[in-house]
Amino acid sequence: MSNVMIYGEIKAGKIKKSAFELASQGRKLADSMGGELAAVLMGPQGEQFAPDLARYGVDTVYVLEAPELETYNSEFYAQALAHMVGEKKPEILLISHSMQGKDLAPRTAAKLGVGHIADCIAFELDGTTLVGKRPMYAGKCYAQWSSTVSPQLASARPNVLETAENPKAGTVEKVAFSPDTSRPTYKTKELSLDTSGKVDLTEAEIIVSGGRGMGGTDYSLLEEMAGIFGPTATVGASRAAVDAGWRPHSDQVGQTGKTVTPNLYVACGISGSIQHLAGMGSSKVIVAVNKDPEAPIFTKADYGIVGDLFKVVPEFNKELKTLLAE
Amino acid sequence: MKSLVCLKQVPDTETQIKVNADGTGIVTDGIKYVINPYDEFSVEEALRLKEKFKEGEVVILTIGPDRATEAIRTALAMGADRGVHVSDEALNQADPLVSAQALAAAAAQLQYDIIFCGHRAIDDDFAATGAMLAELLKLPQVTLVTKVEVSDDKKSAVVERDVEGGKEIVEVSLPCVVTSQKGLNEPRYASLPGIMKAKKKPIDKKTAADLGVSADPKLQSKNYTMPPERQAGKKFEGLEPEEAAKVVVQALRNEAKII
Repeated sequence: MSNVMIYGEIKAGKIKKSAFELASQGRKLADSMGGELAAVLMGPQGEQFAPDLARYGVDTVYVLEAPELETYNSEFYAQALAHMVGEKKPEILLISHSMQGKDLAPRTAAKLGVGHIADCIAFELDGTTLVGKRPMYAGKCYAQWSSTVSPQLASARPNVLETAENPKAGTVEKVAFSPDTSRPTYKTKELSLDTSGKVDLTEAEIIVSGGRGMGGTDYSLLEEMAGIFGPTATVGASRAAVDAGWRPHSDQVGQTGKTVTPNLYVACGISGSIQHLAGMGSSKVIVAVNKDPEAPIFTKADYGIVGDLFKVVPEFNKELKTLLAE
Repeated sequence: MKSLVCLKQVPDTETQIKVNADGTGIVTDGIKYVINPYDEFSVEEALRLKEKFKEGEVVILTIGPDRATEAIRTALAMGADRGVHVSDEALNQADPLVSAQALAAAAAQLQYDIIFCGHRAIDDDFAATGAMLAELLKLPQVTLVTKVEVSDDKKSAVVERDVEGGKEIVEVSLPCVVTSQKGLNEPRYASLPGIMKAKKKPIDKKTAADLGVSADPKLQSKNYTMPPERQAGKKFEGLEPEEAAKVVVQALRNEAKII
């Protein structure tokens, strides 16, 4: 039987939406291959999420418990995941290409001696071969990649795969795991997470971004807009704004920042360099506000407003608030 | 303090990428190549460590075709001491695990207290080689780092890294692999005397056979395509801000159905 396994990421005590995206995709793959879908969760908090995963089609949830797994650690988590792959022998292992996934997936792949098809935005099967479509050069082109060895490990870009409910009976199995603690690793001394519930750029459904036209560190207009849209919205920035020191580097969208795929990207005072356009070009809908009618961003924007962002955005926010309050 | 910096030569970020006619890759004619921007942070950090400890060396390790020598020379001009260039037709297009295997084999022939990699290369965008290299060398990895403080005895480091929606500070024993992220430092430019000196610095050439690695691929690619061309949509010019805002917000609901 050809089986599919997903790794469900838990962050700050909650299972991430990407786990449901992977489960939905994994279910489709498992069905096509006539196999089962399993999920691996780390730590004692995992068990409570089994019913949620069953709703998205997971047959069996394995919950690995060990003191070393209570907070994320690349070495121990990769050991644990590689252990589960060794035990259950899935044909396909899917992980999220989140920041944790970028740390975990390649290390797990190397432990297993297999390749890692990173950052996929779509999957298909060619027989039992998984084919992952992935952006390259920050989205300037795409290519399809497949593994030559088994198991086939791939990571999926968050917020791109669709979730589809497909309820299964779903069972939970606790797995005791003792990592090899003789392998050197790091010790977490301090973990400061933003607990405001703000989503990361790569997972945001709506991004309100500012560029050189913002003219300084005051992003309150953009913060306000993101606030009106709600918790799935966040604020981003162009390289110019980051290099000027107006915004932290973690906010940067573009080829040397983050490649993003929100449903809505609002670009304020961003002219749209080739590097920026590569990073946000896969957004479903783009709105641009810029004083310069010749700005390249207007060639990609679905809705472009030529005007002063400091006059347009307040009106936009007012309008938005009224509409969303209805 | 001995640092090993894994460096990749990539197309400049300004490059317009075009897929070739049969979809097997990109058109490479006329591309200007540069050091992967994240690897520049690595070079800079390694140089700062050498300066801080007033001893040691910075070795640049690169896999790539002949042209990649230019990227190594640029790093040497920034101040690195010498280069190791793995140049082998079989490895030049290697996937991340094969690359990591070759880097690990090359590293085994060198001495280092720390290994720097860029957290991703801006061409293939796999973001995998650093972590794979760490695993193959049985070293700890700290990815996406924005600050590295090595202890005076060079046995450990306190490292700050980006995690989703926050920061993590970790203590790690050396040697380890760290992957560089924007925010780590501001890379220096190569000075003119640096460029002159770089010409005389040694670059050691290696083949897959020298390293005893086989280029048995674990991944294969096919069917390169261009993303769907985005068309310019509606542009509103000369409207009062209030009016423009109203029109676009309404369109987002009724036309794009996005809000």
